[in-house]
Order: sequence, then structure tokens, then C-alpha cells
Amino acid sequence: MISLAGRDILHGWGKFVLTGVGLGLLIGVTLSMAGVYRGMIDDAQALLDNSGADLWVVQKDTLGPYAEPSSLNEDTERPIRAMAGVDRAAGVTYLTMQIAHQGKDVRVMVVGAEFAQPGEPGQPPHLIAGRRIVQAHYEAVADVKTGFAIGDQVKVRRNTFRIVGLTSRMVSSGGDPMLFLSLKDAQEAQFEKDSDAIVRQRARTASSPVLNPPGNPAVLEAVNAAQAGSTNVNAVLVTVAAGSDPDAVAAAIRRWQRVTVYTRAQMEEILVDKMIANSARQIGMFLVILAIVSAAIVAFIIYTMTIGKIREIAVLKLIGTRNRTIAGMILQQALGLGLIGFAVGKIAASFWAPFFPKYVLLLPADSVRGFLAVMAICALASLLAIHAALKVDPAEAIGG
Amino acid sequence: MRLALPQSRRALLLVAVLAALLLLLGYVALRTGPLAPVKVTVAEVDERAITPALFGIGTVEARYTHRIGPTAPGRVASLAVDVGDSVEAGQVLAVIDPIDLDERIAAASGSAGRSAALEQAAASQVADASARLALARSEAARSEELFRDGWLTRAALDQRRQALAAAEAGLAAAEANQAAAAQDRGRTGAELAALQEQKANLRLIAPRAGLVVRRLAEPGTTVVAGQAIVEIVDPAELWINARFDQTRAGGITAGLPARIVLRSRIDTPLRGVVLRVEPVADAVTEELLAKVTFDTSDGLPPIGELAEVTVGLPARGRTLAVPNAAVHRVGGEVGAWTLRNGDLEFVTLRLGAEDADGWIQVLDGLARGDQVILHSAQPLTASSRITVVDQLP
Repeated sequence: MISLAGRDILHGWGKFVLTGVGLGLLIGVTLSMAGVYRGMIDDAQALLDNSGADLWVVQKDTLGPYAEPSSLNEDTERPIRAMAGVDRAAGVTYLTMQIAHQGKDVRVMVVGAEFAQPGEPGQPPHLIAGRRIVQAHYEAVADVKTGFAIGDQVKVRRNTFRIVGLTSRMVSSGGDPMLFLSLKDAQEAQFEKDSDAIVRQRARTASSPVLNPPGNPAVLEAVNAAQAGSTNVNAVLVTVAAGSDPDAVAAAIRRWQRVTVYTRAQMEEILVDKMIANSARQIGMFLVILAIVSAAIVAFIIYTMTIGKIREIAVLKLIGTRNRTIAGMILQQALGLGLIGFAVGKIAASFWAPFFPKYVLLLPADSVRGFLAVMAICALASLLAIHAALKVDPAEAIGG
Repeated sequence: MRLALPQSRRALLLVAVLAALLLLLGYVALRTGPLAPVKVTVAEVDERAITPALFGIGTVEARYTHRIGPTAPGRVASLAVDVGDSVEAGQVLAVIDPIDLDERIAAASGSAGRSAALEQAAASQVADASARLALARSEAARSEELFRDGWLTRAALDQRRQALAAAEAGLAAAEANQAAAAQDRGRTGAELAALQEQKANLRLIAPRAGLVVRRLAEPGTTVVAGQAIVEIVDPAELWINARFDQTRAGGITAGLPARIVLRSRIDTPLRGVVLRVEPVADAVTEELLAKVTFDTSDGLPPIGELAEVTVGLPARGRTLAVPNAAVHRVGGEVGAWTLRNGDLEFVTLRLGAEDADGWIQVLDGLARGDQVILHSAQPLTASSRITVVDQLP
């Protein structure tokens, strides 16, 4: 038996392929939108994964350090380190700021982490170039998305830092690339004021008779010294010893250190369900509409393709072709179109995904789901066309 | 979808297009996205000399700072020096207003003169009393002889004897008077000297040669006792008070060479030497403190300027080393990913010193010629699929 569908496709194969490509680009857009949605959630997950922590210790009753400001004394980590079930603990600071670099402003999240030992929580887990920070000051590791190169000098607040290493996929939940500094440098960047502010503060202090009593010049010096410098961190990242239950360790820290502690699951909830919930839902809504529109367009294309061949179908009916054969032809063509469309869409989405400014994650499971959806939509759309084709009067082949 | 056999050129073309699509689809499915292999670069473990270095920051400080001020409250009358002046030892730097001190000195010297005059009067009285005593003594001796021979009555002799005793008492009184006058003169003289000393103390003198670095009060200012008016340092004796992170500061000792970069002269590093490591570390910042001396012959840096100090520790001989980018912590163990027969394997390492270029000494765990994963496009796990490339990204 000859394939009616194959014959028909070969008859107008250029049109068929081009229709498939057009359909594919539409599917590609839908897949990309799904990728954007997945990428947003993955950004939040990457932030948690890359911090390497099991528990986040933050200022009491805050959602810090990512969702709310949080400030703890640096030495909070000491008693935590001594608690049962805790493997490592390290202070960390986060500060989103703008850095001028080669005439452009780059928005980065400055992360201060302990660099004395490799693998402390908070450090980037992998590098794609260069080395880790060795000096206690003035060295930095940047995410490759910042556009910085190894050897570049970047100015963060008052000090200039040399980029010694590059990493990748180290982003804040908002997608800003990270810049890693040593903890002390980052504390300085976060808590130290600029020179003008310090000078003004000194003048303000000096003009207060309480802080600068006449006849006792030593008080002013003491007050100025007390105002300068800070040894705070935004959070303490804790890794749990193998075999310990993170929830139990978190409960112990909460109880005895009187701070707020989040486990990985709670942190994920804060980031995914609270911080990016609205923007993710926005994208999700758009994705749903796009999927519906794509489905409608696929259905219309297949329907109009069939209607365009209505005269030929009438002829087929006239020469006594069975309805099953005609229906099979339309279904096969629809599925073929879907296959080409999906392949083109997947390829297109994969190729343009890296050019998005934010991360686009095309999950294989999403692709499989997309494939099944495309096939289902094509089959459904062909039902409509089959219905129209079977209704046609064979007389149309010679008449009207 | 079943295709008719490619009987014509059209069919061939269609099959070609579909095949190309299929190939591309396979490529993007397997080479991009989460299923793609992780790109890595590989380094070979080799021996190299590790020269560990310590990096710290500090500020330029004067070794000796003299804060000069009055010992009693007063008002600054005049200042003889300004910031930047060089002063010699003994030079007058400032004078505190003496207020009534000169008048008090005049009064004291008046009373000292009076005491001297009184002493002189007392001396004259002693001489007078001595003369009276001599006369009384000779009269008494003569009366005794006359009485013995019967020429004089007992009553007259008694009179002479009484006169002698009175003259002796008179001398003793005059001598006591003189001693009192001498004491008084000493007291008033000391009072005068004390006031003069006080006046001298109002002149603030440079204790040693140096450079005036601060002028903290202007004439007319009232200062409290002990408040510094002028600060002097010895410009030949500057050092850097450097701070080193405790976790890396093992091995720092006096005498090690140091490279100093002043913030204002980044291009011209100075050479220095660790003078001493302070026995007391900073408990708040968790840093070791050390004093680093350096040569100030080509210009004096501002005191308080920030300086970066790199102390070179003694070089270790040639030893196995890996770049620190290859070192990871997996499951609580520090180690590196190695490539053995094309398979990824995490090897636990014992690490030693690290140098400023990021090479870490490997004490145990790797052998020469082993291949370790240096950079990777993603964090690795034991089940990661990898492709080795020359360079990332």
C-alpha cells in the first residue's frame, strides 16, 4: 500500500517543511519561556547550592540573609562550631552593589567568605579559570557573567581588588553575578562609610558637648574610635556533620544560641516561594498563555492545510477511497508537522538560550513534556480537520 | 510517519532535511543543557619549589612619639614651632602663660632679701652679746681676786657673777636668733627657687631631635594638665604596624624579609625586615601584629598611611604541588578530583604550605604525573560526565 500522506507531502514538500519550521519557532519560544521560568528557580537553587551550607544562622526573627537584612556578630560562629552535629561554620556577608568597570556599571553581589581553608561554606565550589584567593586582602574571584577577566582591577568602595579567579553560575536570587572577597574586605565594603561620611560624622561628634566635653579631649577620640569599624556578618553558614540530622542541629542552635536558623528546605521556601514567587508566577502565567496560543495556532495551521486540500479530498472520496485512509493521511501529516516543529523548536531554543541575559534552563523533562503536548495538540487538531474532510461532499470535486 | 521510498530527488531532499534535523536534535539534546558533559581542564601534578608568603596590611607609625604638654593646667602663651618643623633637643617649643608667676617671684625674692638682712642683724647681735660676755667675764674674774684679798664685799661679787651669767644667756639668745634667721633665709630662698623652677616648667622643651607632626593647640587655648600641645616623632625611626590573619600567619618570625607597598607609591615597593612579632595578638580582629622596619631614605611617608606588607617565609625545597583551584572539600574531606583511566575519582589529600601564586604543597595523596581536574564548568560529582578541554570558558 502506498502512503497517501507521504505522497501528499512530497507533492508540496517545501511548503510542508516551511510550515513545520514556522511552527517550530513558535514552539521554540514556548520552550524558551519554560526555560526562563526554570532558570529563575534554578538561580535561587544555585544560590543555596553554591553556598555549600546545610543551615543558615541569621539575626533573630529575620528572613535573612537573602530576603531581608540580617546582622550578626562575627564571633557568633564560635559557639556554633562547638555544638554537637556541626561540621563547619563560617561567617558570610552579602551586599548587592554597582561597580564601575571600564566605563560600564556592573551590578554584582559582593560575597565575603572565609578563604583560609579550601571548601569553607560560602566559597565558590568550582573555578573555571585562575585560582582561589590566597592573600587575606585585595584579591577577588568573580563570576564570569560580570565580564571581568583575570588580572582586572576593580574598585569596591574604597579599595581596589585584583581578579584572580573566575567561576560560573554563581548568582544572587535576582540573577546578579557574584564577586567573592575575603570576609574582612567585604565587611569593610559593607560596613565602612566613605571618607566624606566619616569626616562629617567626626565633625558632628565634635560639635556635641556630650561626646566632646570641654576639658577632656580624650573622650572625643574614644567616641570616634568606637564609631569606626565593624565585625558583623550577615549570616553564619553551617555544614552538618555526616550522620547528623540538620533539623535537630538547627533546633539545638535555635534553642541555645537564641538566633534564627533555617534549614535548606526552609531557605528554599523563602527564596522560591516568597522572594521570586511573584515574578516566577508572572512568567508562569505568560507561559500558560503562550502554550494555549501555540496550541491554537497549530490547530489552525493543520485545519487550514486540510481545508486547502478539500478539492483533492473530494476527488479521493469520489474515486472511492475509504474514510479511514483519508483520516490516516491527515493524522500522519499533522503528527509529521508536529515532529518537525518540535525538533526545530528544541534546536532553536537550545541555540538562543545562551544569549539570554539571565540563565535559561532547558530541562530534558520539560522537553519530553513539550514533545508529548505537541503530539497531543497535533492529534487533537487533526480530529477537527478530519471531521471537516469527512463531511465534504464528493460532488464538490466536479461541481462548484 | 512512514515515508515512501526515495524514488525521486524530492524525496531525497526531504529525507536529507529530516536527517539533518534529527542529527541537530540529537546534538542539542546531548551536548547542551543539563545532560551535556562538564567541560574541565586538567593539570599534571609536578614538583616545584613553594615559597610561601604572608600578606598583611598595616599603617605607618612612628617608633617613638613624644606628646609634649604642660604638667599643670594653663593657657598657651606662644608656640614656637609648626607642623613639619625640625627641632633640636632642648629647643623651646611652646610657652604657657605664667599669669602671676613673675609677681610671685618678685615677692619671693623680696622676702629672701629681707631674710638675709634679718640674718645679718642677728649676726650683729651675736657680736654685741659676745663683747658683753667678754666684759662681764673679765669684770667677774677681777672681782673674784679682789674678794679673795678682802677688798670687795660679797654683795658686790654676787652682782658681778650675776652680770656674767646674764651676758652668757644674752649670747646664747643672740646665737639662737641668728640660727633662726639663717633657717628663714634658706626657706625663702627655696621658695624663690621653686617659683623659678615652675616658670622654667612653663617652657615646653623638645626632649630629643625630631619632626613636629602635630600642633594640637593654638596660643590662647586653655589646656589641661597632661594634654599634648605638640607631637614630635623621630623621622629616622618609622615602622609599619602590620596585621596578619592568624590562620595563615604560622612561621612569621623576626628577621624575615618583607616587601612593603605604600598606598601612595604602588609602583615602588620598599624593602623591609620584620623587627618583632608582638607577643599579644589582636583578639577582636583575630590578627597577629608585627612591626616591620623599612628604609625611609627616599622620602618620608605620611604617618598613618596604609601599607601592604608581604613577608617571605623560608622557601621549602622542591615538593609536589597542585594549584589551589584543584582543591575541593567533598563530604567533609579535602582533596582533588583526579582523572584515572578516564574516570573521575576524588582523592583525599594532606596539604602543606601555600604560596602567593596559589600553589599548595601536597604532602600525601598524589604522585608525580597524576592528572587532577583544575577548572570545571560546574561543580563535579563522582558520576559527572566530562570532556577535557584546553581552556575554559
